[in-house]
Amino acid sequence: MTNLKKIVGKQIFIPIAALLILILFNLCADPSFFKITLGTNSAGNPVLSGYLVTILDYGSELAILAIGMTLVTAASGGQDISVGATLAIAGSAMLKVLCGGATSASVMQAPVIVALLVGCIAAMLAGAFNGALVAYFRIQPMVATLILYTAGRSIAAWINNNELPIISDSAFTVYGGFIPGIPIPTPFFIAALCVLAAWCLLKFTTIGLYTQAVGINENSARLNGINPEFIKFLSFVILGVCVAVAALIKISRLSTINYSVIAKDIEMDAILAVALGGNALGGGKFNLWASILGAYVIQFLTTTLYKFNVQSDALPAYKAVVVIALVVFSAPTVRAKLTELSKKKSRSVQLAGKEAA
Amino acid sequence: MNEEILLEMKDIHKRFPGVYALNSVDFSLRKGEVHALMGENGAGKSTLIKVLTGVYTKDEGEIRMSGNSEALDIRSPQDAQKYGISTVYQEITLCPNLSVAENIYIGRGSGAVQNWKEMNEGADKILKSLDIPARATQQLGSCSLAVQQMVAIARAVDQECKVLILDEPTSSLDEEEVEKLFGLMRDLKSRGVGIIFVTHFLDQVYEICDRITVLRDGKLVGAYDIANLPRVQLVSKMLGKDMDDLSDIKGSAETYKAESNMPPVYEAEGLQSNAGIKPFNFHVNKGEITGFTGLLGSGRSECVRAIFGADRVIGGKVKKNGKEVTIKNSYQAMKNGIAYLPEDRKRDGIIGDLSIRDNIILALQVMRGFFKPMSKAEAQKFADDYIKLLDIKTPNADKPIGELSGGNQQKCILARWLLMNPEYLILDEPTRGIDIGTKTDIQKLALKLASEGMSITFISSEIEEMLRTCSRMIVMRDRRVVGELSGNELTQNTIMSTIAGGSEK
Repeated sequence: MTNLKKIVGKQIFIPIAALLILILFNLCADPSFFKITLGTNSAGNPVLSGYLVTILDYGSELAILAIGMTLVTAASGGQDISVGATLAIAGSAMLKVLCGGATSASVMQAPVIVALLVGCIAAMLAGAFNGALVAYFRIQPMVATLILYTAGRSIAAWINNNELPIISDSAFTVYGGFIPGIPIPTPFFIAALCVLAAWCLLKFTTIGLYTQAVGINENSARLNGINPEFIKFLSFVILGVCVAVAALIKISRLSTINYSVIAKDIEMDAILAVALGGNALGGGKFNLWASILGAYVIQFLTTTLYKFNVQSDALPAYKAVVVIALVVFSAPTVRAKLTELSKKKSRSVQLAGKEAA
Repeated sequence: MNEEILLEMKDIHKRFPGVYALNSVDFSLRKGEVHALMGENGAGKSTLIKVLTGVYTKDEGEIRMSGNSEALDIRSPQDAQKYGISTVYQEITLCPNLSVAENIYIGRGSGAVQNWKEMNEGADKILKSLDIPARATQQLGSCSLAVQQMVAIARAVDQECKVLILDEPTSSLDEEEVEKLFGLMRDLKSRGVGIIFVTHFLDQVYEICDRITVLRDGKLVGAYDIANLPRVQLVSKMLGKDMDDLSDIKGSAETYKAESNMPPVYEAEGLQSNAGIKPFNFHVNKGEITGFTGLLGSGRSECVRAIFGADRVIGGKVKKNGKEVTIKNSYQAMKNGIAYLPEDRKRDGIIGDLSIRDNIILALQVMRGFFKPMSKAEAQKFADDYIKLLDIKTPNADKPIGELSGGNQQKCILARWLLMNPEYLILDEPTRGIDIGTKTDIQKLALKLASEGMSITFISSEIEEMLRTCSRMIVMRDRRVVGELSGNELTQNTIMSTIAGGSEK
């Protein structure tokens, strides 16, 4: 009983519970959801396929973004809604480097690491812009990031003179596809690397403590020698790095870019991942691992809906249901009511036990 | 009921869980007088006002007003307004982005249709009659703070107010603006409005008020005509210390003997911050306990905040152990070995949702730097050590600090700064709102730390506490330093008369 309570009280319980519900639903509805088959792709490499593999594949982009979004949320108490647009900018910059400025290239004109660095710089600049507005000009995060949300995709198109460069080098498809000989999708490994990097960041710097301190009580943080503005600024720049990595995966999948559609509304899924991880969207304490798990749970939900032939236009409506459930369950009044109920219940159980004795 | 008396509150009681906020308080207000309501923190001033304005309902007692045969039944601010009782709060509660006229009339229209012309004309008339330098169509935010304050008063006056409550209206105004406000108050007075004036500024009380009611610890000390209450007596009544009391407590703190060949640990010259204090000089020697004293709002906290760089420092020179240093923010202060326990624990001290452990190690962690996080084991050891040392009552260090009692929270914050091992520790109201046992613990700790060579500045509203700990005291009044006392001068009488200032020395 007490053990159960301990688990339920933990923050990571929320995404785990959501995951279990989804698994249970799919088990009842159609157990073939969990089937994984080993086949070969067009290049003749062994690949795993199945719904679970899809979740692992596409959930990874989201997990990478969730890392940055969690930090932004914790430090600034708001969210960055320009993630999709910034991703388009980073992707566009990468393609420009990879194609050497031409409209198409059959061989990469620059090493991928150079392209990634350029993409990183572009996304970090965008993050710095957002961060500066939020931290130093004290604009609400959603309002500040609305600027790039609106303008970002145009900037992305402008970088390549509104052309859609195509890179047909099969070596580049690796990042969004499969490494020859390894049947697990590459994005999962990239996400794993990012998670490892995030773990190192939390382990070898004090960013976790500082971010939470700033998010909970900016005044106190300042009087303890922390620079709250810089911490907020930093969180947006880190999100920029995450966006650039996700952009690499995205354009590798497509081998090109579509400025108006690429990563559309992905910020909403990233925010949802943070919320599903049980993190307060008002900032403060955070649990990065719960957010990352939350990201995969969101993808699990999306894939489940696709499997049941829900039109992609109708997806947001279903996700909205999840949002409503989350908001209601995390509302303080509901929480208070629930604890009261559980107390009453345990008391009546105790009473019944005594009477029986 | 006396014809002259406008409002009478009799035998008012108000209890909160654990606090007897008002214990049989009487209060009366005459027609056309300015009546000062005075008292230190927790005296019950704001509770009394909230009872009168219907924010709180009284537990016992009655409120009568001339012109009403029955006792008033005030259950909400709307009720109070109906009886003609209006309040203007310290923070302006109007909408800066609306026009002056809209602010005067907002929330009072009866229908959905608003006759703008009529409204603006009406507003201009009121403004003119009260001689307020503003136009009806002007955006309120574009007026100075004093004018905004006056517009708030105009709004109140226009609602046929008989009793006007001004809750610290002058704390954000400069001297000229205060004069303007006083002009308006005198004008209202001549029209027979009774004004209740809450302020911390003694000079202002003696400039404009006719009578004074003093509260202390939720009880009435008395109501006095201003002519019969010299400043020193007012201060002694507010602090609850009798001036003539011969059993004067002499500080048990030993007179500090400075080692003449050593420069002060900390020295400030002409230090000034953006918090409205006048530039001041200050120094503290090794192992010395100094204190800033004065009434609430006199600028004691602002001085130490300037020392620590908590407010924006806008002038002055600072020396640390004889060497000139720059302290513009808290980090620089900490790097120079200065620690500061803030007055407002909730707002500036604790980080509520974080664990006790994280709260304790925070300052030391910041000192160590961004790339040198301490291991959990080390942090746990520090936390456990100080939980034991300061006797913090908690099952473990994982508990969020926000769930502790005030006294234990304060000990955690103290632990945070002691862990940093500062050369100079500033304690701003370290004993406020905490239990008596913890209070003496903290006093003893301060004395012990000083004997070990730490320099300390101690601020407290309780004079005995200061006398017990400090060997030198800086006295403040109305945001400037008005005296420095040490040695034999450290008695309640001299402190109180220095605080009071004026002619009654």
